[in-house]
Amino acid sequence: MTAATTPDQIEKPRRSDMSDTVTVHNQLGIDDLPVRVYSPSPAIEHPGRLLQDMGHDLMAGRELAWRLFMRDLKAQYRQTYLGYLWAFLPPLVASLTFIFLQSQGITNIRGTTVPYAAFAMMGTLLWQTFVEAMQSPLNSITTAKPMLAKVNFPREAILVSGMYMVGFNFLIRLVLLAAVMAYWQVVPGATVILFPLAMLGLLLCGFCIGLLMVPIGGLYGDVLKAIPIVAQFWMLLTPVVYPPQSDGLAGFLAMWNPISPLITTARATLTGDPLTQLPLTIAITLCAACIATAGLIAYRLIMPHLIERMGG
Amino acid sequence: MSTITATNRERSTGALPLEAAANDDQVLVDVRGVRKKFCRSLKRSLWYGVKDIAGELVPASRPSASQPHDSSRSELRKDEFWAVDGVSFQLRRGECLGLIGHNGAGKTTLLKMLNGLIKPDGGQISMRGRVGALIALGAGFNPILSGRENIYVNAAVLGLSKRETEDKLDEIIDFTEIEEFIDSPVQSYSSGMQVRLGFAVATALDPDVLILDEVLAVGDATFRAKCFARIGKVLDRAAVIFVSHSESQVQRICNRGLFMSKGRPEYLGDTASALIAYRSSRTGQADDQRDWICGDDVRNATSGADKTHLKWGDKLVFRVNIVCDRPISVSNLYIQWHRQGIAFMESHHNVGLEAPIELNAGPNELLIESSPVHLAEGKYDVSFAAFASKGKQTVAHTYCAVEIQVEGPLGAGPAVQSPCTITCK
Repeated sequence: MTAATTPDQIEKPRRSDMSDTVTVHNQLGIDDLPVRVYSPSPAIEHPGRLLQDMGHDLMAGRELAWRLFMRDLKAQYRQTYLGYLWAFLPPLVASLTFIFLQSQGITNIRGTTVPYAAFAMMGTLLWQTFVEAMQSPLNSITTAKPMLAKVNFPREAILVSGMYMVGFNFLIRLVLLAAVMAYWQVVPGATVILFPLAMLGLLLCGFCIGLLMVPIGGLYGDVLKAIPIVAQFWMLLTPVVYPPQSDGLAGFLAMWNPISPLITTARATLTGDPLTQLPLTIAITLCAACIATAGLIAYRLIMPHLIERMGG
Repeated sequence: MSTITATNRERSTGALPLEAAANDDQVLVDVRGVRKKFCRSLKRSLWYGVKDIAGELVPASRPSASQPHDSSRSELRKDEFWAVDGVSFQLRRGECLGLIGHNGAGKTTLLKMLNGLIKPDGGQISMRGRVGALIALGAGFNPILSGRENIYVNAAVLGLSKRETEDKLDEIIDFTEIEEFIDSPVQSYSSGMQVRLGFAVATALDPDVLILDEVLAVGDATFRAKCFARIGKVLDRAAVIFVSHSESQVQRICNRGLFMSKGRPEYLGDTASALIAYRSSRTGQADDQRDWICGDDVRNATSGADKTHLKWGDKLVFRVNIVCDRPISVSNLYIQWHRQGIAFMESHHNVGLEAPIELNAGPNELLIESSPVHLAEGKYDVSFAAFASKGKQTVAHTYCAVEIQVEGPLGAGPAVQSPCTITCK
């Protein structure tokens, strides 16, 4: 689908009253109107125009994204009793499991510089943000299916709105994170200023993995069903509730797991531990940013195909 | 509303050339040989989707990448069929194309391509200006949020900025006529109220091209009339594409018609001829054309008969109830018998009115008694049309006021029905 420009650019003569007979005719010449051309040829064959359209739609979709986010936010908490508690209940419960196991001596995790309970809670809170970012693109598309099938709007907006929601939930979790740190007296060092960078890496990484799942996940429901299972297992393979390992299978996996350095670095900026994996974190963040950009272009190209096949 | 009908009649008298070359620069919608294929099997459709996506991302991976674009997509794979096949038309400002056809004719698929939701597999579509689509009313509505909140969301989805929405908020709420519920959650609305809200937002868009898909099938008669008035205004400055199964709606709004059957364009030309082509293809199907078109100052009209079967020589008695907002003087009245399933075998006459029938403000009942019926055996639709100001102004008309089964010795052939007498209560 190629769109030269979106019609929003035009200033239209406004009608003040609907019930009046329309006497205002379009003042613009026909040549001033933007043209949209739909043809079977792949849009990627005109990359200049594609990027221009994408930039334009991202701009045009900003307001829509914000509206959709506000809509979801209001609706989400209006029909619940516990409200914002739901933002941090899942990671809290997950960490309590491990805190219980550790306190009973069933597991014996050592090498944490802060009390284990604080360590585990911080880990799961950060991990939850990553998982949500990863689920966000596909979730947004699935929820917006009826709208996508019937209305033409800047479709980037639903991705952005989904990420707003992830960001909002993270901010709520941040409050709990602060409470945890205050309770166990975890004092961050100067490296805490790098915390936003590490979080950006986590969010970007989750987003780009989520975006890569869209082409298949939009068609086949299997992907959406598989995400929670994979995410749960993945959490155990990542140093979330235990410190990073350097040898054995866990060490090997940590080397190839892009989330491992991100989680470790993010937590270390809060606990004041040395940031041994900082260069790796930056590299992964940059990579994720590149993949996310490519993913956004791909998203634009494939949406007409997804809409055609997935139905309303 | 009468003005719309009048302009409509002017429009529909002159058949438009199919592909007029003149005045080419005013073309807002240009559709050339558009095709779209669909797949019957869901599993296979998904797999084709994966392949198409691969072809979109890496054009070189297409089976026949070396050939021109169209060829690789123009061959049917297993289980595929052409949902839309070779549709071409042009539409200028002020024109309204009625898209008619049976279920599955490809109308909605064509609209989705025009709206840019799905890509054509062949041909090309150019759309100029802001496109407003009433394919789904209330896109993005969240049932938990209030009507007011949903107006903002819906407007944003349709492409209105926040400022534009705020400018139009009052008129949108006015149009919906549900001010007292505007701050209640939408889930407490009736479906008719939701449609009102959706329609009000969608038509606040001031589009250059408006796409309407059977959205007017819902809502009560008063609101439907209001919607028509609104569409009539948009029509003056936009190109409109209208899909409906209601012939009277198409006849009323459109000045061109495209009849589609099984994806193929069967007839493109003036509305009346397109409707005849559609009607004649619809043999043996139940006629559900009972909707009334009412003029200004007429709130609604209904009709009914005591009998549904008539024997040779019986008189048909039926009543028409018209609710007026103010007194109207009916000057012309037409009763027409259409034999179902046969397009042209009908008898019609102008009911000679010595004096105009005076309708009062409020409910009126007209009793229409025919002379003895000597029509061939069969099912008939009796249409009814009343006009004021010597036929210049519509009061009320319908394609089928009553449906009558005539039984008798005459098996086939036309028969003329002589006039009726009318009494007004």
